[in-house]
Amino acid sequence: MTQEEIISKIKAQFGDEKITELENCTPKGISIQTEDLIEIMTDLHNTEGFYFDSLSCLSGLDNGPEADTMEVIYNLYSIPYNQHLTVKVALERKNPKLPSVESIWRTADWQEREAYDMYGIHFEGHPDLRRILMPADWEGFPLRKDYKQQEYYRGVKVEY
Amino acid sequence: MANKIQYIFDKENLKKSEPGKFKAEDLQHDEMIINIGPQHPSTHGVLRLEVISNGEEIVDLAPHMGYLHRCFEKHAENLPYNQTLPFTDRMDYVAAMNNELAFAMGVERMLGIQNDIPKRVEYIRVLVAELNRLASHFIALGTYGMDIGAVTAFFWMIRDREHILRMLEWVSGARMLYNYIWIGGLYYDLPVGFEERCLEFIKYLKPKLEEVQKVVIDNKIFIDRTANIGVLDAQLAINYGVTGPMLRGSGIKYDIRKADGYSVYPELDFDTPVGKGEMGSLGDCWDRTYVRMQECHESIKIIEQCLTQLTGNHKRTKSFDPRAAVPKKIRPKAQELYVRAENPKGETGFYFKADGRSDIPFRCKSRGASFMNLSVVNEIAKGSLVADLIAIFGSIDIVLGEVDR
Repeated sequence: MTQEEIISKIKAQFGDEKITELENCTPKGISIQTEDLIEIMTDLHNTEGFYFDSLSCLSGLDNGPEADTMEVIYNLYSIPYNQHLTVKVALERKNPKLPSVESIWRTADWQEREAYDMYGIHFEGHPDLRRILMPADWEGFPLRKDYKQQEYYRGVKVEY
Repeated sequence: MANKIQYIFDKENLKKSEPGKFKAEDLQHDEMIINIGPQHPSTHGVLRLEVISNGEEIVDLAPHMGYLHRCFEKHAENLPYNQTLPFTDRMDYVAAMNNELAFAMGVERMLGIQNDIPKRVEYIRVLVAELNRLASHFIALGTYGMDIGAVTAFFWMIRDREHILRMLEWVSGARMLYNYIWIGGLYYDLPVGFEERCLEFIKYLKPKLEEVQKVVIDNKIFIDRTANIGVLDAQLAINYGVTGPMLRGSGIKYDIRKADGYSVYPELDFDTPVGKGEMGSLGDCWDRTYVRMQECHESIKIIEQCLTQLTGNHKRTKSFDPRAAVPKKIRPKAQELYVRAENPKGETGFYFKADGRSDIPFRCKSRGASFMNLSVVNEIAKGSLVADLIAIFGSIDIVLGEVDR
C-alpha cells in the first residue's frame, strides 16, 4: 500500500468530514479532531493493513498567541509493512488538553510527559503526568512561544 | 560582589525540585526505598533511580532524569539550521557523527538537495558514521564489562576506541564533537593518507575483536551474569518504542539503514544481526550484547567497502570540493518533515517545521533513542535482583546526553 492508499482507506472508513489531509508534510499525514483521536489511533494500531505498531515521535507544537492554537503531532511507523504516517491534532491554546494514547502505545507515557513539560498540554487519562526534564518547581512551560523565564530560581539569576 | 548571596539554601529544595515518586507511607512490610545515583558509575551519567526493594528483590523502580538537560529544542528554535548542527553533536556525544548525519539529511530533504550531494561525500559520511558507531559500541561493550566485573575488556575497548577518535580527530580537528558533516557537504575532504591508515587500522582491529569476543562474550562468568536476565519480549519492546540493538536483541530484524535505505547504504552489503536466545531466553542481556558485538563486524564490512569505493570509483581528485553543494542560504519552503536514522543506540529522529519565511526552524523536535530505550527499564527490571539491575542497565546502553537533550 502506498501512503495515498492508506490515507484514502482511512478516509473511507471514518468519513471525509473527520479526516483532513495534511499539505507539505513528509511523511504524508492526516489531521483529525481531538474527540476522534482514540478511536482512529486504536484502529490504526490494530487493523490489519495498517498495524502502526510503533509511535516513533510525539511532538508538541505551539503556533503562538496570534494563531492561538497548539498542535500535537504523532509520527507513526509500521514495522511489518514499512509504512509511515503523520497524525496531527489541533488544540486550543487557552486550555490545551486531549486524551492520552498511553493505553495504545506505552512509549507515549514518557513522550507525553515531555510534551506536558515543555508545552503544558494535558493528556487526560495519563497515569503519571509529571514533569520529566525540568525541575518539578519550575515556573512556566519553556517551549511556548510567549514564554518568559522566571527571573530568579532560588536566588540564582536565570538569565545569563 | 564577594559577599553576594548566590543561592538561597533551603532544606526542602531537593524535595521540591525532584520529588520522589514513591512515598514511605505506601511501603509494604519489609520494603524500602533505595536511591541510586545521580552520581553513580553504573548509571552511565547523571541519572537517579528510585528503587523500592524487598530485600534483594526489586519491586518497583522510577528513573528521574533532566540533570543534563541543555534545552536543545529551545536552542534550535533560536538559531539557523547550520548553527544548530554543532548542538546535535552534544546529544549522543559518543556517536556525534551519526547525529550530524541525521540532522543534515533532514535539512537537505527539506531543501530538496538530497540528490545533489556528490557520491564521494556520501561515502565519506557513511565511513565516518560507521567508525563512530564502532567507537560507540566499544564504549557500550567496555563499560558493560566493567559494570559486571570484567575490567580487562574496558581497557582493551577504550584503547581501540582511542585509535578511532585519533583518526576522526585527524579528519575533523576534534576528538569527540566534530561538526564535520555539514548541510549539503562536508567540512573538508579526508586528509591525504587517511584511507591507507584506516585500512591498516581495520586489519589491526579484526583480531582484537576476536579477543574481546573470547574474554567477554563467551566468558562463563559473563554468561552467568547476563543470560536469562532482563528478558525483553519483542512485542513489549515495540510497544515501548525500543529500537536499535536492543530491539534486534529481542529477535526483530529491523534496521533503519535497511528499511529506509538512506545515504549510500543500499549500495553496501551488510547483514542485520539479531538475537537468537543462544545462551538463555530470547531478548536477555546477553543477546543484546552479542548483537552489539556482531554489529561491530558489520560496521567493519561497511568501512572496508567504503574505503574500496573511496580509493576506486570515487577517488580523491584535485577538483573535488566537499562544500560544492553547501547552500549559501538555508531557507526551506513552508513544510513539516520527520527524518530518522539508525544510530548506535537506535532510531534518532528529527521533526522539523519550517514556516518558509526565515532561516530558523519554527519547531525542531528531537527523538532520542536512549530516551525511549530507557523507558522500558521499569518493565524488565521488576522482580530481578538489585545486582541484576546494574546488568540490565548496562545492557540498555544509554547516553544521558541523549536522554536529557
